[in-house]
This record gives sequence, structure tokens and C-alpha cells, in this order.
Amino acid sequence: MPSSVDIVSQHPHTTFAHLQDMEPPMPHPLLDSKPKITIEQVDFYYGEKQALFHITLTIPTRKVTAFIGPSGCGKSTLLRCLNRLNDLIEGTRLKGRICLDGQDIYDASMDVTDLRTRVGMVFQKVNPFPKSIYQNVAYGPQLQGIRRRAELDAIVERSLQGAGLWEEVKDRLHQSALGLSGGQQQRLCIARALAVNPEVLLMDEPCSALDPISTAKIEELLHTLKEQLTVVIVTHNMQQAARVSDVTGFFLMGELIEYDDTKKIFTNPSDRRTEDYITGRFG
Amino acid sequence: MKKLLSSGTLFIWICGLGVAASLLMVFGLLFLIMINGLGFFWPKDLVELTLKDGTTVLGEIHEREIIPHSISPELPEGKGRLLIKIGNRDLYGLDFRWVDEQDIISRAKPPDAVMLERREWGNFYGRVSRILRGDRIVASGTEASWQVLPQLIERANALQEEIQHVEKDLIGDLNYQIEQARLAIRAHELKGERDSPEIAALKRDIAHYEQIYQQYVAKLQALTDQLDDYAVVMQDTSGQETIIPIGLIIKALRPNEMDVMEKCLMYLANVWALLSEEPREANTEGGIFPAIVGTVMMVLMMSIAAVPFGVIAAVYLKEYAHQGWVVRMVRIAVNNLAGIPSIVFGVFGLGFFVYTVGGTIDQLWYPEALPNPTFGTGGILWASLTLALLTVPVVIVATEEGLASVPQEYREGSLALGATKFESILRVILPCALPGILTGFILAVARATGEVAPLMLTGVVKLAPSLPIDSHFPFLHLDRKFMHLGFHIYDMGFQSPNVEAAKPMVYVTTLVLVTVVVTLNLTAITLRNYMRKRMKGAAV
Ligand SMILES: Nc1ncnc2c1ncn2[C@@H]1O[C@H](COP(=O)(O)OP(=O)(O)OP(=O)(O)O)[C@@H](O)[C@H]1O
Ligand SMILES: [Mg+2]
Repeated sequence: MPSSVDIVSQHPHTTFAHLQDMEPPMPHPLLDSKPKITIEQVDFYYGEKQALFHITLTIPTRKVTAFIGPSGCGKSTLLRCLNRLNDLIEGTRLKGRICLDGQDIYDASMDVTDLRTRVGMVFQKVNPFPKSIYQNVAYGPQLQGIRRRAELDAIVERSLQGAGLWEEVKDRLHQSALGLSGGQQQRLCIARALAVNPEVLLMDEPCSALDPISTAKIEELLHTLKEQLTVVIVTHNMQQAARVSDVTGFFLMGELIEYDDTKKIFTNPSDRRTEDYITGRFG
Repeated sequence: MKKLLSSGTLFIWICGLGVAASLLMVFGLLFLIMINGLGFFWPKDLVELTLKDGTTVLGEIHEREIIPHSISPELPEGKGRLLIKIGNRDLYGLDFRWVDEQDIISRAKPPDAVMLERREWGNFYGRVSRILRGDRIVASGTEASWQVLPQLIERANALQEEIQHVEKDLIGDLNYQIEQARLAIRAHELKGERDSPEIAALKRDIAHYEQIYQQYVAKLQALTDQLDDYAVVMQDTSGQETIIPIGLIIKALRPNEMDVMEKCLMYLANVWALLSEEPREANTEGGIFPAIVGTVMMVLMMSIAAVPFGVIAAVYLKEYAHQGWVVRMVRIAVNNLAGIPSIVFGVFGLGFFVYTVGGTIDQLWYPEALPNPTFGTGGILWASLTLALLTVPVVIVATEEGLASVPQEYREGSLALGATKFESILRVILPCALPGILTGFILAVARATGEVAPLMLTGVVKLAPSLPIDSHFPFLHLDRKFMHLGFHIYDMGFQSPNVEAAKPMVYVTTLVLVTVVVTLNLTAITLRNYMRKRMKGAAV
């Protein structure tokens, strides 16, 4: 398998050894387990321009799902469909069904703000609000009507701990969030998303602007996070996808080319284009 | 040459020149206003000039002017003439006089020359001769009389203050209450009641008030009599004598005897008097306190009306409205609104606010006062609203720019946390746009403070009998007419019978107006910088 060997040699920190050790006993052990989100035959249009073509996949509960693919292939678009953030863009249209726990999120009965508290999001561009660290984290809970100081304090502490930031900021909670480093700001954004107790966390290239140490911290975080919630992450970093995810989807020009166990995708992809992409032959 | 053009050096020089020229003009203007305005408070020395024809002139030198050779060839080159403030308007009819330097034989600064600041007729320059009580001489001789004078003036000023208190506060209150009772009776009568117990009670109240009023009048008479007890006999430079009641004198100085320290103190006292006192003598003397209060209040009320309205409009245009051709047209209209001459707004304010809205309010809520208008005439409320109309486009444009500068990531970040659009706007977007909103506020204030034309149609007056804010319920009287620094400048400078006397006041008032604008702006700018710093995370 030239592909996996290539990657290992490119990046000494990454080993796929553990993936190779255990051969897949069943074709889709993860995908068949209880799905959190099911996407059926989704077509997405920006005005006249179609950005997604018949996407069908299921995202497993309490696992990390990675979307990879070359720039402009529609990863962010699909991710933003999952919490209906694309609704903000005028002239967008979606065909097909996306269900969260079996409930169609594009149904008229769906409360969008409710959906968005259940499906949180962390963005590529680090975006803490120009408020204090405390206010950033407390923002979501306050929107839900939590006003009691003690309760908010507890949520803030829990969320910051969940994002691995508590120790670093506990003495400066009331200072501006913009005084933090880039990596700390991104973890603050994660804490902010965690504060509303989401079931799903969407991450759009959360580490693309961060240094290796901050990236490692966030990757470590993902391992603990997936015990609580379902994570969907978009990344351009193959090693990262291989390290952190359980399932990987490869996209090309708005189409889902291959969707499988991360192990399988990186060791034995069934599509030629996937192999070309992860070995760096294009994209 | 080509290189010079393409390198852009020339262009940079032209830009620099432009900036320098603008700065020069601005600072030149400020400098002129400062010099002329600040000099006004300094107690000037009194100069006594002896002229060729044997007469003398006593007064303050205000200006010196070179007479061009071409006009009077008989004079030697470089000779000029002096503008002397001779005061004593009751004697001479004019306060100012030009004296050719050619005619002056000698100049002196007599230490015993006295300047009296009076409540009427302007200053008096001369020497103290005697002090009278009725017909009896209390003190005679320049020095002896001068020794007595200060205490007498102090006593008179105290009396004046008391008279003021009785007139303004006590009788003013009483009049207000009588008027209220009268209106209440009228209201009852309009409802068709004739002799209800309420009317009887009100009539009894009025009778009671009128009794008190008589007492006050008696008290006032007693005070005024005391005031007229003493008088000072003054001698002008030619020896002519005049009797001046002490009650007419505000202060007496011998400026030629004062040292620098005393003059400095007097300077500060003069500044304070200007800022805190009411105007006298057709606004050419005394203070400008009511105009300052009127200006500041009007600007604040304008802001209260314009800023929220403009912000709401901008939020709708930017965040909610579908960005189609309608919104584009609205935007163009708003921008054009900012360019309409302000007098047009004045006419609109008069027609719409004063006559239509005010007239309707009067008919509905103040019928008892008719035919006297309450809101159906110019007043501070209508003036403020007219100016708000004038400045709202500025606020809209600035706020829209502020909103546009809020990164899209903040909106998405907020929505992704389950906020509604409204919550996002309220809690994230507007706070981030605050610097832009404050910029709009600053521009609006700068524009509104300087406007005079629309105010003249909607409520500004030369002399307002009472401030728009006082101790009578409801404390803020939106229907009252008010005074305004800008109008004050126009009125003194161009409508006053005594232009020379008003000139320094014009400069001083201009200086105060500029100071008010700068202070309001600096406050807003400081606030904005603080907000900006907070946005960048440097502070807090
Ligand atoms: N707001 C928009 N309006 C119109 N077209 C858009 C918009 N956003 C994205 N697109 C188009 O949709 C396609 C998919 O974009 P998307 O951002 O999902 O790609 P991506 O896979 O996330 O790329 P990248 O890795 O660079 O982030 C692209 O061709 C892009 O040009
Ligand atoms: Mg993307």
C-alpha cells in the first residue's frame, strides 16, 4: 500500500500502525451503529450554482467524523447545512433531507435557534466576541435565560475545563478575550460552544490558523470531547484527519467520493481519486 | 520631471500643502477668537488724554488704527487714531470715541480714576466726588468717598439679590400657581361646570395667593426704597457731576491702582460672571448663562431624539431590509436629506411641528389656555426635533458604516450559539458598532450646535423670560422658548444698537460656543476611543 507508507514517511509524528494492526472485521462497524445525523440525497445551491450533489451519509453518535477534500469541494457548505447557518445567505436552496436524531432539521416545525444550541459550531476564523472571557462563555447560557450568577459561574468553569482552558485563564476571567493567544482564543470558542451543552459540535478547519502546539492541544481535546458528543470536523491536514477521526468522508467537486472508516480510507481506499488525494498527488 | 511625477513626491507635497493650509485657517480662526474673546475679561487701565483743544478724555483704549497717508496727507506718516471707550452713555450718548493721536498733548493714568460697572447705561468712568444719603452728605472728597463706596455697593448687591429672589422665585412661583389655578378653573368651565365646589376652592386659592402677592409687593417696595437710600456723586473727566444711585452699581474699580494679582482675580471673577449671569442691556452686557443652558439642552434633546431613531433606522436598513433597489433608493434619499439647506428644515419644522402637531396638542390637551398657544408656538421641543430631523441622516450613515465594519464571523458565531437575529444585533453587533454610532453622534452634535437658521423659526428668542428647566413641576418645560449661543451671536453682532460695545461680547460668545461644541465632542471622542480600545482588547 504505497499510500499509507507515503504519509508515514512524510510525517514522522503520524503512525498508522494501530490502524494496520487490526484489520476490519466488518465492512462498516461504525457507520451501522446508531446514527446521529443522517443526510439523504442532499443537493445544495448558491443561487443558480450547485455546490453539493446528492450527498448521502450518516454521522455516527459520539464519534469524530472528518470531511476532507480539495478547496472548494463543498466541505464547509455541507457542514453549515447541518446547523442551517446557510440560511443566512440569500438565495440558497437545499434539496433532500437532513435528520438529527431522526427529525428533519429543515422541517417547518424545527426551531432554528433550538437546533443551533443542539448543534454547536467552531469556525476556521477564530471569533471570540470583543467581551470578557467570562461573558464569551456565558453568552449562550444567558441567551437560554440563565441569569443566576452562581449557575453561570459553574457553567463557565465547567465549559472552560471542558475546553482545557480553565487553568490558563481562571485568574483573568474578566479580562478581554481578545488578549488571549490564537490557540487560547480557539479553545475559548470551543468552550463557548460547549457552554450550551450541544449534542453535536461542528468544526470547520479549527486548527488552520494555529501553531503545532495549539493544534496538538485541540486534537487531544477532541479525544475527550467525543466521549460526550458527536464531532464533525473539516480539515485540510491529512495527518490530523487520520489522527483524530473515526470516520472520514472524501469530497470532490461537491460530490461525496468515499465515506468509510478512517483506517480504511487511509490504508486501503477503494477509490482511485481518494488515494491520489491523500497521497498528495492532487488537491 | 517625469520621474518627479511618477514617484509621487509632487503629489505628496501638494497634499501636505493642502493640509497645512487647512490647519492654518482653523488655528488662525481659533487664535483670532481667543485673542479677542479672552482679552475682554482683563480689567483695562484707564487713560486720561489731554487734547489740543484743552478738553480731556477718560476711558479704556480699545484699538489703534494707522491712518493711511492717502486719506489725510496733512498728517505725518505712521500717525494713527485711538478708539477709546469713554462710557458714560447717560451723559455723552455714545460709549466710544475715536481720537486722533495728532491731537493728543499728554497721556496719564490717574490712580484715582474709577470705573463703575452699572446695571443700566453701561460703564461710568470718572472720579468719586461725594456720597449722599437722601440729601445729606455722608462722605465727601475723592479718597474718603472711595473708602466708603465698597461697603455700600456690597450692601446694595445683597439687596439686589434679595429683590431678585422675591421677584423671580417668590412672585414667580406665585404667578405660576395663580396661572395654574386660573387654567384649572377654565378647564372646569369648558367641561360645562359653573359653580362646582372645585371652582369655588380654586377661586379661594387665587384670592389667597393674591393676598400673599400683595405682601410680597410691599416687601419689594421696602427693599427698593432701601436700595435708593444712598447715591454717589460722580465727576466725569470734564468735571461734570452726576448722581448715581448705589443700587445701580454692580462694582467699582480703580484699575490703575490694581496690581497684576488683583487683576488676575478680577479676570476670573469676570469670566465666572459671564458664564453664570443673565444678560443685561439688550444682551450687550452681563452674562450668557441662559444661552449656554439653552444650547446644551437643545443639543441633548436633539441627540435623545436623533440617535435612537437613526440607529434603529440604520439597523433596519442594514440588517433586516432586503438589499434591493428600494433600500438603495432610501439610502440615496437619506444622503440627500443631509444636504438640504437647514432653513428648509426650519420651515418644515414650523409648518409641521409647531402649527400642525403643536396646534393639535393644544386643542386636545390645553384647550383652557387657548387662544394663547402652549405647544402651538415655537419652543425648545420643536426646535430640538427639527434639528433631530436635520441630523438623523448623519447618524444613519455613520451607524450603517459601523454595522458594516462588524465582522461577519461575529454574526455567525452568535447565531451558531442559538441566538436569534435580534439577540445577536442587540448583544453583539450593536456593541461592536458603538464606535460608529458615536461617530454619528459626534457629527450630529457638531452640526446641530452650529445651526441657527432653523431655530429662528422654531423657538429661539432674543431674551427668554425663564429657562426651559426650573424647579416647577414638571421641571423640564418643553414648550418654553429658549436662548441659543449661535442666535445670541447674530443678535448682538447685527441687531444691537450699540455695535462697538457688543463686539467683545460677540467674540466671547463665539468662544463659548466653540468651547461647548469642543467639550461635547471631546466627551464623545473619549468615549469612542475607550470603546475602540475595549474592542481591540487592550483595556478593561
Ligand atoms: N456564499 C457563497 N455564495 C456563492 N457560492 C459559494 C458561497 N460559499 C461557497 N460557495 C461556493 O461553493 C463551493 C463550495 O464552497 P465551500 O466553502 O463549501 O468549499 P470548502 O470545501 O469548504 O473549501 P475550503 O477548503 O477552501 O474551505 C465553492 O465552489 C464556492 O465557490
Ligand atoms: Mg471551507
